[in-house]
Amino acid sequence: MVQRVLSEKALSATFAALADPTRRAILARLAAGPAPVSALTEPFRMSQPAISRHLKVLERAGLISTARDAQRRPRRVEPKRVAEVSDWLERYRQSLEANFERLDALLEIMKLEQPRGESR
Amino acid sequence: MSLEITLPSEREIRFTRSFAAPRPLVFDAYTRPELVRRWLLGPPGWTMPVCEIDLRVGGAYRYVWRKDPGIEMGMGGRYLEIVVPQRISCTEQFDDPWYEGEAVGTIELTESGGRTVLTHTIRYVSQAVRDAVLKTPMESGMRAGYDLLDQLLRSL
Repeated sequence: MVQRVLSEKALSATFAALADPTRRAILARLAAGPAPVSALTEPFRMSQPAISRHLKVLERAGLISTARDAQRRPRRVEPKRVAEVSDWLERYRQSLEANFERLDALLEIMKLEQPRGESR
Repeated sequence: MSLEITLPSEREIRFTRSFAAPRPLVFDAYTRPELVRRWLLGPPGWTMPVCEIDLRVGGAYRYVWRKDPGIEMGMGGRYLEIVVPQRISCTEQFDDPWYEGEAVGTIELTESGGRTVLTHTIRYVSQAVRDAVLKTPMESGMRAGYDLLDQLLRSL
């Protein structure tokens, strides 16, 4: 059975956070290194409040955090949560891959059985 | 290429996989019942006693999987679009649905240099439904799998 590392609620918040392309882009930017809100407004051509709203959603989902100690309060990715989500997706992927590996084997058999030159 | 899962929009899940076979063979493996039931199985112990395919627009398909003693799971739908051997679109509904509404699945096949890339995009009625499906892969019919490749090769 699939082990659920994340609770239903956490997973829900995480998928909702990741459903938005801007938030995915922000997360990708932060994966390259921590950045304060001000550094994110320009590349995303958004107002500071708009960026802050996206950051709040990402933070609530546990995907990023704010360094409270530093003056510019840079946001950074939370590698543990990102790894949990990617582990979860990997298990999901593997469960489907088994069927496709059987299909690979079947296609090899079909190729052998197919007379040369026959195609639709 | 191993299987890739992406979320192309808020309501969709997309699976992308490439196969070392020309497109007509992949199309057949997806649409001829005697071939479908050889691979679309899931974990060991499951068989596919019902695999009916009426491959025409408006035609129905029905799949039933069984695991002894007496555990069954069925699904089916209607074909919305068929372009041999490149595109199939159909509705998808499970007998015992755990999600709301009828999903629409679209399979597209593109061939290049003897290899075929398959994309299977499933569109759900809402983002909430899509997310619910993502959270419950075990129940979704996309069950945890085991590698039965060796077994199938031995049957050659």
